[in-house]
Amino acid sequence: MSVDTVLDIVAAGCLIAGALLCLAAGVALVRFPDLLSRMHASAKPQVLGLLLVLVGCGLRLRTGVDITTLVLVGLFQLATAPVAAHMVGRAAYPDEQIRTDLLLTDELAAHIDRITQDRQRGAAPT
Amino acid sequence: MTVVAVIVTALLAVAGGLTMVRLMRGPSTLDRAVATDVLLAVMVAGIATEAAYSRDTTALPVLVVLAILGFIGSVSVARFAARKNNSR
Amino acid sequence: MSAESTVTQETIEQPNPPLTPRDRRRNKVTAVIGLIVIWVLLWGTLSWANILSGLVVALIVLAVFPLPPVKFSGRVRLLPSLRFVLRFCYDLVVASAEIAWLALRFGHTPRSAIIAVPLRVTSDLNLTLTAEALSLVPGSLILEVDRSTGTLYVHVINVRSREEVERFRRSVLELEARIVNAIGSPEERRRLAEPAPNTPSTAADVEGAAR
Repeated sequence: MSVDTVLDIVAAGCLIAGALLCLAAGVALVRFPDLLSRMHASAKPQVLGLLLVLVGCGLRLRTGVDITTLVLVGLFQLATAPVAAHMVGRAAYPDEQIRTDLLLTDELAAHIDRITQDRQRGAAPT
Repeated sequence: MTVVAVIVTALLAVAGGLTMVRLMRGPSTLDRAVATDVLLAVMVAGIATEAAYSRDTTALPVLVVLAILGFIGSVSVARFAARKNNSR
Repeated sequence: MSAESTVTQETIEQPNPPLTPRDRRRNKVTAVIGLIVIWVLLWGTLSWANILSGLVVALIVLAVFPLPPVKFSGRVRLLPSLRFVLRFCYDLVVASAEIAWLALRFGHTPRSAIIAVPLRVTSDLNLTLTAEALSLVPGSLILEVDRSTGTLYVHVINVRSREEVERFRRSVLELEARIVNAIGSPEERRRLAEPAPNTPSTAADVEGAAR
């Protein structure tokens, strides 16, 4: 077995694992009860799934120029995904879209008013 | 490699379909924003798989654009939704 | 720029002191180097033309969008950083598999919790990095960050009991310790060794959770 074949097999494994994570995220999006749990589901293909697919792609292409592009895609995604998730979570929290009956404990409820007031006084962008 | 490509395409197609279900059902704008994000991740996976399968690298710059576009999209939707909540 | 910097200097006190000119210069150099690296990666080939054009673009970008002041000890410890990265990858794989399994198992509605975790090192950099690392791992999600007390409010999925909540809180603090060990200043690492202070916010949390 040559090195090329081994690399191809590893790449295929990475691609399939990434696709499986995407599928699991799709199922979770439909099944999970509220917005916040669905956001957990969305983090999966965006981070590990994407990294696996990019690694698979890079193992198959094996040229410097393409690998730098793939590294860049991965870096952008890792840097931006948490920020986007945080923005969506913050917009969602004080609203009624959260199934509070499924929450074991909510330690933010007592503080949310103070935090939003602080933020408005600090003139930070909302 | 063809078998792998078929399997991956099928998995991604089902994932995309399920995501579309959430996209249509909603119920809120933020749900749809999250679903769009996942759809974008599925698209990125699809394009990368195509590039890996055919060893054709013309589509790779599209991945960079998509990675940034998803971020800008969900952040602007989240800001819009937050402003609506505050004014209420 | 000037309005922004005065606001930040008012609202934050001890953990985020104003920067000295030397820190400011170092931050600028780091940012320029980072931007050049991204520019070269974007083009894909390492050449002098790429590096010089990247330098021009980086300087323009930094002049148009100045960065907020960030206090950084300026030292990255190699071994702890490696430990952080490896542990992060491990967490990522385990958590992804858990959430995938949770999604595919039928007839089960996952319970979740919102937890307040007061961090011990409350600098902006540590707060941001811990929040980013937590958000990237599926299963935990940052809902809100309280900068004045250095508290993260985390939504966790798939917890069943109070013990699991406490275990998760400890794991967040361990993550913070790994980050501080990798890039924190000696003073910040000393603060990790001290027992966590019982802030009034935790007392209120227990009260709020009891209802």
